[in-house]
Amino acid sequence: MSATLEEILAQALEKLAEAKDFNQLDQARVEYLGKRGLFTLQMKELGKLDPELRRAAGQVINQAKDQFQQTLEARKNVLENAALEERLASERIDVTLPGRGQNIGGLHPVTTTLRRISRIFGSVGFKVIEGPEIEDDYHNFEALNIPEHHPARAMHDTFYFDAHTVLRTHTSPVQIRVMESEKPPLKVIAPGRVYRCDSDITHTPMFHQVEGFLVDTDVSFADLKGVVYEFLRAFFEKDIQVRFRPSYFPFTEPSAEVDIECVICNGEGCRVCSQTGWLEVMGCGMIHPEVFKAVNINSDDYSGFAFGMGVERLAMLRYGINDLRLFFENDLKFLEQFN
Amino acid sequence: MQISEAWLREYVNPAINTAQLVEQLTMAGLEVDSVTPAAAPFSGVVVGEVLSLHQHPDADRLHVCRVAVGEAEPLQIVCGASNVRVGLKIPAALIGAVLPGDFKIKKSKLRGEESFGMLCSAKELGLAADADGLLELPPDAPVGRDIRDYLSLNDAIIEVDLTPNRADCISVEGIAREVAILNQMSWSATQFDKIEVSFQDAIAVSVEATKACPRYLGRVIRGVNPKAETPLWMQERLRRSGLRSLSPIVDVTNYVLMEMGQPLHAFDAAKLTGGITVRWAKPDEEVTLLNGQALKLDNEALVIADDRQTLALAGIMGGKDSAVSDTTQHIFLECAFFAPQGLAGKARRFGLHTDSSHRFERGVDPTLQERAIERATQLIIDIAGGSVGPITEVKTEAAIPQRPPVWLRKKQIEKILGIVLADAKIVDIFQRLGMDVEIQENGWLITPPGFRFDIAIEADLIEEIARIHGYNNLPNSSLLMHSALSQATEARLDIDRVKDLLVDRGYQEAITYSFVDEEIQKTIAPHDVFISLKNPISSELSVMRTTLWCGLLKAALYNINRQQNRVRLFETGLRFVTKDEKFQQQKMLSGLVLGSAYTEQWGQKTRPVDFFDIKADVQAMFGLTDYRVQFSPAQQSALHPGQAAEILSPGGESIGWLGMLHPMLEKQLGFDTGVFLFELDQTLLLNKCIPRFKPLSKYPSLRRDLALIVKEEVSSDDILSCIQGCAEQTLQEVVVFDVYRGKGVDDGSKSIALSLILQDDSQTLTDFEIDAILNKMLETLINEINAKLRD
Repeated sequence: MSATLEEILAQALEKLAEAKDFNQLDQARVEYLGKRGLFTLQMKELGKLDPELRRAAGQVINQAKDQFQQTLEARKNVLENAALEERLASERIDVTLPGRGQNIGGLHPVTTTLRRISRIFGSVGFKVIEGPEIEDDYHNFEALNIPEHHPARAMHDTFYFDAHTVLRTHTSPVQIRVMESEKPPLKVIAPGRVYRCDSDITHTPMFHQVEGFLVDTDVSFADLKGVVYEFLRAFFEKDIQVRFRPSYFPFTEPSAEVDIECVICNGEGCRVCSQTGWLEVMGCGMIHPEVFKAVNINSDDYSGFAFGMGVERLAMLRYGINDLRLFFENDLKFLEQFN
Repeated sequence: MQISEAWLREYVNPAINTAQLVEQLTMAGLEVDSVTPAAAPFSGVVVGEVLSLHQHPDADRLHVCRVAVGEAEPLQIVCGASNVRVGLKIPAALIGAVLPGDFKIKKSKLRGEESFGMLCSAKELGLAADADGLLELPPDAPVGRDIRDYLSLNDAIIEVDLTPNRADCISVEGIAREVAILNQMSWSATQFDKIEVSFQDAIAVSVEATKACPRYLGRVIRGVNPKAETPLWMQERLRRSGLRSLSPIVDVTNYVLMEMGQPLHAFDAAKLTGGITVRWAKPDEEVTLLNGQALKLDNEALVIADDRQTLALAGIMGGKDSAVSDTTQHIFLECAFFAPQGLAGKARRFGLHTDSSHRFERGVDPTLQERAIERATQLIIDIAGGSVGPITEVKTEAAIPQRPPVWLRKKQIEKILGIVLADAKIVDIFQRLGMDVEIQENGWLITPPGFRFDIAIEADLIEEIARIHGYNNLPNSSLLMHSALSQATEARLDIDRVKDLLVDRGYQEAITYSFVDEEIQKTIAPHDVFISLKNPISSELSVMRTTLWCGLLKAALYNINRQQNRVRLFETGLRFVTKDEKFQQQKMLSGLVLGSAYTEQWGQKTRPVDFFDIKADVQAMFGLTDYRVQFSPAQQSALHPGQAAEILSPGGESIGWLGMLHPMLEKQLGFDTGVFLFELDQTLLLNKCIPRFKPLSKYPSLRRDLALIVKEEVSSDDILSCIQGCAEQTLQEVVVFDVYRGKGVDDGSKSIALSLILQDDSQTLTDFEIDAILNKMLETLINEINAKLRD
């Protein structure tokens, strides 16, 4: 009898080894362990045996059953692992293919530059204020101490709608508008579009400026120098050389042009800086008493400074753009470089 | 203005090189734009003298010359110039000389005759663009001297970009004065001997416009030699000042203009009738200027006239009829002071800008005229001979600009510059500047000289201190000032957030010109009232846009023409509209999309972008503000009548438009694909609702679906507002999840499938309650929009 059991076990183990999937494995389980399974039948046969032999025979059958059971589990594991391997293999993808959906666009480099300027000044409490682009003669010129026929007007190449209405030639009129409606202390920057009737390789009839001004008791030229210095270093993220040169604007006095060490050649002298090693980046000065007079601020009680800079110029220096006209052609190949 | 460095150094010659001098000028506010050599590099050219010459035996146009060049033996040089003659002094390039353009002079044979050098023209030395024969040197030119030394060609031309306030520096003397101040040196103005008056005849002068012409000097000079030539040294100085040599008389007036900054004018005395009058022009008075321009004048033009005709536009340009010519023998020399206010804007009115008007508008020293006319007289007599009559002067003392003293407070210097300077230093600065300083308690009374038109108030004086002390020697301070907490307004969304959203949704920001082509403006917005520029730069940039679409459409075309077939652009900026007769500058946000909805990709089928793609972008913007807007079907001339929506605020205000470009415009503008556009008013777009918390329900929410059949005309919004009209408290959300037309639905109708989410705050809804709610809604839908429940 035990020889028979050995045969059954050997066959059963062979069946398990041959099972290709869970289905065949289960069939083998039923065949040997089911109600009518071969091991089950063997157990039933035990009843016929002498009780003395029964116990030993039962042990033998149980051992065979256990061995079968263990082999079944092991086989199941093997099959499960194989199935997982197969799934993983079949689900392999090319992760280098691009993702699906909308791709990202970008801001215009002028906007990016303006945002950086606003953020730098915003960090010390400058407020951003915008003004109208169609301006009256008074705010664009008169109140800024540029009376009719002043030679400085000739430098502005103004676009006119009628004798008293112009496209603003600078963002300085915002200075007037703010001082007319608010009382010092004032810390303002005014970014925006400005217009000059001039168009060639280095001029476009529209461009952007940022005007900044600060009015308080006891503001000095030293404060102006300090702010401009710190701004330029923050903007270019570099400890660049800065110098101030006397200049002339009707609405500031003393007036200065600000040069930075050429960021293209690091001051060595190149085509961009006309071999001087310096680049002009902004105009500034102490607000002129006549301007304060126009907005009813007493220049004995208050003083202030103002500065103005060309945004495209700063963007060109920052990003190495060599042609001003590109800013307004809106060629995607240009714009996408700043995304 | 450009000047010769060598000329400048004749007045003041500090021990600094050109680069240092230029740096000094720039840092004093006289910005140097460029420094160029006065002559191109060349070498080996000396003063030569033609000792003898004979015709070349084999060439008609060539001469064989013997030329003294300061060496033991004269050289034989073959020359083809027509003005070569015995005794002439000329530049001679020796063997080994290198002329401009790297032209090397070698010993050569010309048709068999040996030549040991070359005689040069001004052109060959790079001194003129054209030349007519050899450059003739003065008879006293020293033979053998290097020509670069002799003509001081190792000179630099310094171009100074003067600001309008520095009228006192528009001359060599003016710059010299400034250089002397900066280097703490002394200098003196041009020294010369006055010419004695030799006859008493004079032309009468009367000045009617005394305010505009406070000072007028004139004198007659007789018997000048019309054949005289301007000496080479003067020609060279004029050339280096950017002026062309024309004739001795004109050259002298230009020379004094450059030397002293005083414009002068010479009339041909033979062409004058009677006396000279300075007056405002009469209506329709006419004059033809030296440049040939014929003007019709009015009473705002200041003229010089004689008894018969208008002679000149005062201080701007002389007239053609009375100009000196190559036959002029008698001249009337004018030297006036025209007041800046009198001449301001006068030249510009006629599109003119001359060396003379430039200086008078900014301010010529009113004390200078006598010295200037004497200097010009002396130069004319030296060059062209003649005899001199007395100076006639008409002066209106009261009209001459006064230089009242300006009060400078000590404390104000510190307040404005943030520095304390020693009193002695301040006094020294102003004295060097030629100002009269009167010491007072706590300050100074300072009187500027006649040539300074820019010193009238205290701030002007403080600027001078800063300038002479050096801007870069002034302190820098770090920002110390009053500050206040900034506001963080929540009811307004920052436009930057909206821009970022569009960028994240694949849009590229554009910046287009605010002025556009009138035709495009009219085509895109035929009903808008626009305003035009009086002086546009071109017709393409001539009217102010009433919609940002003008620029975006143009930018899209620009890109399509550069092989881009997918464009997503947005722009923020002003539009300029007239509404209810009121002019407005409105801040807008506009967008344009064309091409495929997504870039071509492997994972998604390519399909063209449509209305609902753009609507999703627009809705996303309103999602940022939680502002409940309505998209209402409406007509807009630029948009497809069936694919246009006006965006309305809850209060019914128009926020903007969304839609497809009208197919007619699409074709007219040159697109070959559908273009979708939106434009929103920023002020209304950025209104943000501050969130209000609502307690959360503890009970489950339930979903019920409803498929309705409605007529085509019934919009999705009609159904939703009908449902909302039921004011069902438990209704949380309604979503349209399907729209179906076709089998099972009659033509002219459509099936709309909705999902409703219901939830109560105080209990779990039972099936019985839900059925009651749905039945009530269905009843309303049947009654109001004739909806049917789909089987």
